[in-house]
Amino acid sequence: MRFPDYARRKQVDRFATALSAACAFFALAALFAILGYIASKGAAAVNWDFLTQLPKPVGEIGGGIANSIVGTAKIVGLAALLGGPIGILGGIYLSEYASSRTAFWVRYAADALNGVPSIVMGIFAYSIIVLPLKRFSGLAGSIALGVILIPIVLRNTEEFMRLVPRSVREGALALGIPRWKCVLRVALPTAAPGVLTGLLLGISRIAGETAPLIFTAFGNRFWDQGMLHPMASLPLTIYTYAISPYEDWHRQAWAGAFILLMFVLTANILARLLMRRPTGGHS
Amino acid sequence: MIPVIARSIARSGVKKVAGPRERAGDRVFQAALCAAAMSVVALALALACRLSIDSRLLWKAMGPGFLWGTTWDPVAEVFGALPFIFGTLVTSALALLIAVPLGIGAAVFLSEMAPRRVAAVCGFLIELLAAVPSVIIGLMGIFVLVPVVRSVEPFLISTLGRLPLFSGFPYGVGMLSAGLVLAMMVLPYITTITREVLMTVPSSLKEGALALGATRWETVHTVSLPYARSAVVGAVFLALGRALGETMAVTMVIGNTPKISASLLDPGYSMAAVIANEFAEATSDAYVHALIGIGLVLFVLTLLINGCARWMILRLARPAGAR
Repeated sequence: MRFPDYARRKQVDRFATALSAACAFFALAALFAILGYIASKGAAAVNWDFLTQLPKPVGEIGGGIANSIVGTAKIVGLAALLGGPIGILGGIYLSEYASSRTAFWVRYAADALNGVPSIVMGIFAYSIIVLPLKRFSGLAGSIALGVILIPIVLRNTEEFMRLVPRSVREGALALGIPRWKCVLRVALPTAAPGVLTGLLLGISRIAGETAPLIFTAFGNRFWDQGMLHPMASLPLTIYTYAISPYEDWHRQAWAGAFILLMFVLTANILARLLMRRPTGGHS
Repeated sequence: MIPVIARSIARSGVKKVAGPRERAGDRVFQAALCAAAMSVVALALALACRLSIDSRLLWKAMGPGFLWGTTWDPVAEVFGALPFIFGTLVTSALALLIAVPLGIGAAVFLSEMAPRRVAAVCGFLIELLAAVPSVIIGLMGIFVLVPVVRSVEPFLISTLGRLPLFSGFPYGVGMLSAGLVLAMMVLPYITTITREVLMTVPSSLKEGALALGATRWETVHTVSLPYARSAVVGAVFLALGRALGETMAVTMVIGNTPKISASLLDPGYSMAAVIANEFAEATSDAYVHALIGIGLVLFVLTLLINGCARWMILRLARPAGAR
């Protein structure tokens, strides 16, 4: 049996399908435009000097961003050391121990922190670190990024710990293992790929953050003198160079963006490959 | 059965089920975990407290009039945040206007229309778009988008220039560019969340519609979208929360001029951008407190919006009858 308007309805269906495909295509086109443009403009400007030298004085052509790369590694590394463990332990607490009332408030706070704009985290780090020390410092930048990292890692860890089947835990407990050993030796290893994925995604996210570093790490055109002093970082350098009036700095901004983007995308892809492995591969 | 378990416990070398040492271990472990979890609550409270305390001079000097004052003159210590609030709201609204239809369209394609493999690859790539750091989007904005916008704007002015929305001069930088950049940044969020939401629609409902002879599009717009409506609105709100707080990309293309103009082509300023630009150079205490005050407004705004968003997404998680 044929409905009278069947052809028209099918046409509408085809039109809607095409339209929705076009929307998805648009998003993909945006991604590829960014990747292609950064790759073509940035890769050409990257060379050995760029990676290993300090910035030249203003107005001189050339020089590199070695201090920014090292600074980013230090700031992000310390942020991961501060925020990662708190996030993972908090996430384990939520999934293994918390009564529903406590869990509600912890989750609520984590979600609230997660939604706070990163620049507001910068203000927070400024008021608890920079003001008392009376100096911009890499440490303040690390604190700002660490606070951003905590809720991301926490919610993710909780989610993956929850996926560990009850029977696995019960099996361990039935053998007389104390609960903490059961969590650390049985449940956590089972959830480890997911937990690490979350950590890696979180780190790749904070590595690209610029706003919270402007008035915490502040930036530095020389090698930094330690975590308690102003420190250069890659995203901040890209920003400074991009809004500068110098042609050569623009070129270096593209090159810096290329390096940052490569790092972020590699971390992202690695993280997702990690999760592809069947959970519970640890036997 | 019981002797077997007992024997296996005995063989595993555990003598007592939980000796005092193990119980102490349990207590220490739980306390450590609890401390980590509670520190998150403490951080959230500390954040709210610091923002309030460190903006006290502002509230003392300006009062709530800060929110609707239109003059921003740090030298005279007159602080009115309306131009920034206006800029943030207009650019975010523009971004949603562009990104919501695109995002929902893309999500419908990925979750309902596309073959599974295509959907998996596209979904992955769109999540990668969300991972691109905002400073890189801003860089593209300055050197690629702004010149394009600048070349299109004369055409907009000549055709639609009689509307106040499209009057003025073709600067390139301005509200329009900021809105476009923001749209690009929230698009992957809307797409990813909406896609996840649409995948929770029970397949029995969709199959019911298909079995009744509905085409796929009819299934989407009569079954899937209405079922997931509240969560889709939640996704839009989450994206709005992102857009309001987005700093770098907006700062780089909005023009950084604290004025309120009806035209989208005119340069403006946003709350996050003024903090980013002026914080490190703020000299007086009153100035710093004013900027932190803007941060507090931004904080409260995103808190409210994200709260709404989560509530709407959670509503979907409940059984349909309870709604």
